[in-house]
Amino acid sequence: MEQILQVFFNVAILERTWPFLLRGVEMTVALSLVIVPVGVASGLAIAMLYHLHLKWLNRVLIAYVDFFRAFPPLVLLLFIYGGLPFLGLDLPLFGTVALAFLLNTSSYYGEIFRAGLESVPAVQAEAARSTGLSRGQTMLWVILPQATRNVLPDLVSNTLEVIKLTTLASVVGFTELLNNARNAQALTYNATPIVAAALIYLVLLWPLVRLVSRLEHKSIAVR
Amino acid sequence: MELSRLVFSFFNAEVASRYWLDIVHGMWVTTYLGIAVIAAGLAAGLALAMLRSFHFRPASFLIVVFADAFRALPPLVVIIVLFFAFPYVGLAMSAFTATWLALSMVLAAFAEEIFWAGILSVPKGQTEASRSTGMSRLQTLAFVIIPQAVRLTIPPLTNRMIAITKGTALGSVVAVHEIIYHASSGASEAGNPTPLTLGALAYLVLFLPVVLFSRWIETRFAWKR
Repeated sequence: MEQILQVFFNVAILERTWPFLLRGVEMTVALSLVIVPVGVASGLAIAMLYHLHLKWLNRVLIAYVDFFRAFPPLVLLLFIYGGLPFLGLDLPLFGTVALAFLLNTSSYYGEIFRAGLESVPAVQAEAARSTGLSRGQTMLWVILPQATRNVLPDLVSNTLEVIKLTTLASVVGFTELLNNARNAQALTYNATPIVAAALIYLVLLWPLVRLVSRLEHKSIAVR
Repeated sequence: MELSRLVFSFFNAEVASRYWLDIVHGMWVTTYLGIAVIAAGLAAGLALAMLRSFHFRPASFLIVVFADAFRALPPLVVIIVLFFAFPYVGLAMSAFTATWLALSMVLAAFAEEIFWAGILSVPKGQTEASRSTGMSRLQTLAFVIIPQAVRLTIPPLTNRMIAITKGTALGSVVAVHEIIYHASSGASEAGNPTPLTLGALAYLVLFLPVVLFSRWIETRFAWKR
């Protein structure tokens, strides 16, 4: 027991590495604040383009979505990280990481919004158009609110996945929480920083998990 | 940027001929690991959901804590804790075991929630009716509730299973010899990203059919609203 406390919950080591872990949390939050909003926006764009029901365009969109859903995000990240320099492109690490995650994330958000838009009955659009709303207004004020509500559990659950995804950036040395925790562990030869990082993720993400559960159970109750 | 340089970098036949066998070996490890994770994760998830349906409070509480924790924790963090932190207390395990265990627990947490939602969706009258015919609680669960619950759970479970098998790539971080491990060590050894292209192709070969299959599943088992 004494030994477990020494290597897993060592207060002295936690005090020394805490500022370092905190900087990691900041980077994790910063990365999430870029990929979640941009991912949602581009996913929505994909879904709305799909909703135009242009045959050739939809083929292209489905190919894009399926292609990037088939790749594990880590593969995409390593490929872009290792491959871009050979193309003569030198993105900063933040950009490389964000690009890799966005290709993956936009596909998933795209699929979710597509399902949402399809879940709204066509008569809703017809009714809205017949009251004189333009197509853009119909989409914005009638279709989109209902579509979003219908897929809200999936949207929140995917957002949780996206935030968890940021840990992969540690593999290419991006200084987010997991990366800093592993470095701190290697330097102090003590497991406390990793355990602390795990607990930080738990504390930060648990409310989101609860929210997902509540939304999912509610949507089952509604049916 | 001329085309020949692109081909030389990403589609170098000479480099490919040296590394493709490693990648194929990695595909085997990925498949094997993925199947082991799915089998263990689904079995544990179903068992936990069934246990929870007996409404024994302490057990249900522990199950919810487990499910919440492993849905909140990023899988890579779980792998790293198992592989790098546990040896400090004398609990060393191989990279393969650590990856398998971590991913199985994560899948079990999600599967438990999905199965539980499925079980809840079956009307109470079903349980009462089958109990009144003299079936035991376990028989009711196994022959009446679960078969009806499973149908509803198939689309979300397929998505979860695909996500978790893609998670096998995380094993490369602790040097499990799966596709990515061979691809990235090959790329740095050769100083050429062609092995990464091979790795990406290997994933497409393994997962594109699965993604297409899940598309079909989704329309086949579409939730009727």
